[in-house]
Amino acid sequence: MRSLPAIGFFALAALPLPWLTSSGTVLNLATMVLLFATLGQAWNLLGGMAGQFSFGHAAFFGTGAYATAIAQIRFGLDAWSGFALAILAAVAMGALVGFASFRFRLRGSYFALVTLAFAEVARILANSLEITGAGVGLLLPLAPGLDRLQFADKAGYYWFALVLCTGGLVLASLVRESRLGARLAAVRENEEAARALGVDAFAVKMQAILLSAGLAGAVGAFYTQLFLYLDPHIAFGPQVSVEALLGPIVGGTASLWGPVLGAAVLQLLGEASRALTGGATGANLVAYGIVLVLIVRFFPDGIIGMGRARAADARGVTG
Amino acid sequence: MLEPSILAASLIHGLANGAVYALVALGLSLVYGVLHIINFAHGALLMAALYAVYFLVERVGLDPYAAIPILVPAAGVVGYLLHRYVVAKASRGREEAVLLVTLGVALVLENLALALFRSDTRTIETGWAFEMVAVGPALLPAAKLAAAAGALVAVLALWAVVRATDLGRAIRAVAKEREAARLVGIDVDHVFALAFAIGTATLGAAACLLLPTYYVSPQVGHGFVLIAFTIVVLGGMGSFWGAFWGGLLIGVVESLGGLFLGESLGQIGIFAIFIATLLLRPTGLFGRAV
Repeated sequence: MRSLPAIGFFALAALPLPWLTSSGTVLNLATMVLLFATLGQAWNLLGGMAGQFSFGHAAFFGTGAYATAIAQIRFGLDAWSGFALAILAAVAMGALVGFASFRFRLRGSYFALVTLAFAEVARILANSLEITGAGVGLLLPLAPGLDRLQFADKAGYYWFALVLCTGGLVLASLVRESRLGARLAAVRENEEAARALGVDAFAVKMQAILLSAGLAGAVGAFYTQLFLYLDPHIAFGPQVSVEALLGPIVGGTASLWGPVLGAAVLQLLGEASRALTGGATGANLVAYGIVLVLIVRFFPDGIIGMGRARAADARGVTG
Repeated sequence: MLEPSILAASLIHGLANGAVYALVALGLSLVYGVLHIINFAHGALLMAALYAVYFLVERVGLDPYAAIPILVPAAGVVGYLLHRYVVAKASRGREEAVLLVTLGVALVLENLALALFRSDTRTIETGWAFEMVAVGPALLPAAKLAAAAGALVAVLALWAVVRATDLGRAIRAVAKEREAARLVGIDVDHVFALAFAIGTATLGAAACLLLPTYYVSPQVGHGFVLIAFTIVVLGGMGSFWGAFWGGLLIGVVESLGGLFLGESLGQIGIFAIFIATLLLRPTGLFGRAV
């Protein structure tokens, strides 16, 4: 539990923000940072720790988002049950995608493509089925209250996001410091060697995708509570999958804090680019694309890896 | 039951679309066959080429087909520079890095288009594009027929380049044995960039052929990129004729899917094929190197 004190410190330090500022913009931004930090953490459980690059995490995010919306709207359940169902549904989706891909030993680019295709199938289904509201989408009635997980002010959502992000950090640190984490690292570095040493690569990759999908589903459910509206593109569109992987890649996949740092940098950059261009649509994503190329080119270990690379250089270590 | 003539008409429509899909997919397949990389920016590059044609037609007043000799070399140059100075430099040959870099390029291109041209869907007006021509039981817009014919010519031209020129021999040599090719004096990095350039140049041709019966918007590449990946995977990554037959097949699947399931849900057929191929036969139907 080496990381627990740091996580506790992070949560405590972030806790008083709503008392320090009354600016809605700052709280919104902070909430989005926490949301994407958690989504990135979810991606990193599979992409960073197990080395399986998913290009379709929207499949899990969207399943969670729709599951709680459908549970509340169509079946009249309360939001807490909806939240639990969202995680279960996303885990089930993870089981489907994981079983199909890992059973047939898809890796690298093939795995990336098949996850992308699963997310697209989910998007088309959500666009066509009646239960998901088809192209019109789903609108949750506004009804503030703890049983509906709706809050009267932005601070409530901020703390909700903070709980989620802290939960994601704890989960990731538990995995990282467990035997599962060691096995995932072995599979990531060299799957054949890991197999030869008796690691059941299929089983550990399945565990990684189930955890990853469940956490992404929780983020999706939070998204539903926050915006009270969903459509197929918001939930399953490729931009969700892209945002899920951008944070960890930019921040650094090797560290617990990479996804958090990456989400913070990207959200701030997004805000800055929107401000600079007078709010042009897509300006933030242009900036993300440029940062992505630059990071891969110059700092393949992400922002967190920058310091380490420099330290290694100083010691005369290369590569 | 559907009448056989409707089914046949739908089949012919599918084949006509499929020929253009095949051309788009061949560009992707060539890049995979030689460089063993997956170019996520393929759809975004097609989108950029479509905008280029659009502005050549609307602002310069060029005929879309007259734009072919301009756009093919221009797209090739862009592709060469993009590979040499962005993709190769940034990725240093690592598979995941290539995916990420090309994804970054796609993000930049698509959202630049969004910022510059908004999300409007644009079409061009050509006098004769929607004159109908009877092909067996099907009525096809003349421009669609022209696109299919043009795509077939382009595919054959591409095949001739790969099979019968020194460049083609160099490309095949590099695809088979990178190191040996280097030893016999082939500039491998140059050939890599040329293969990427040819892949992009096919998009220049495809854009000119597509636009008269299609549209352009910043997101137009999305639809194509997954269709092209499906075709490439189905045909066998890097297989020339695999991509060709795969393209025709996917055109027909899309057309029949739309007929039986409706426009929106009909797309499911393509992805079902994609996932099934990846899972059951990742080497594709014609799986072999170029």
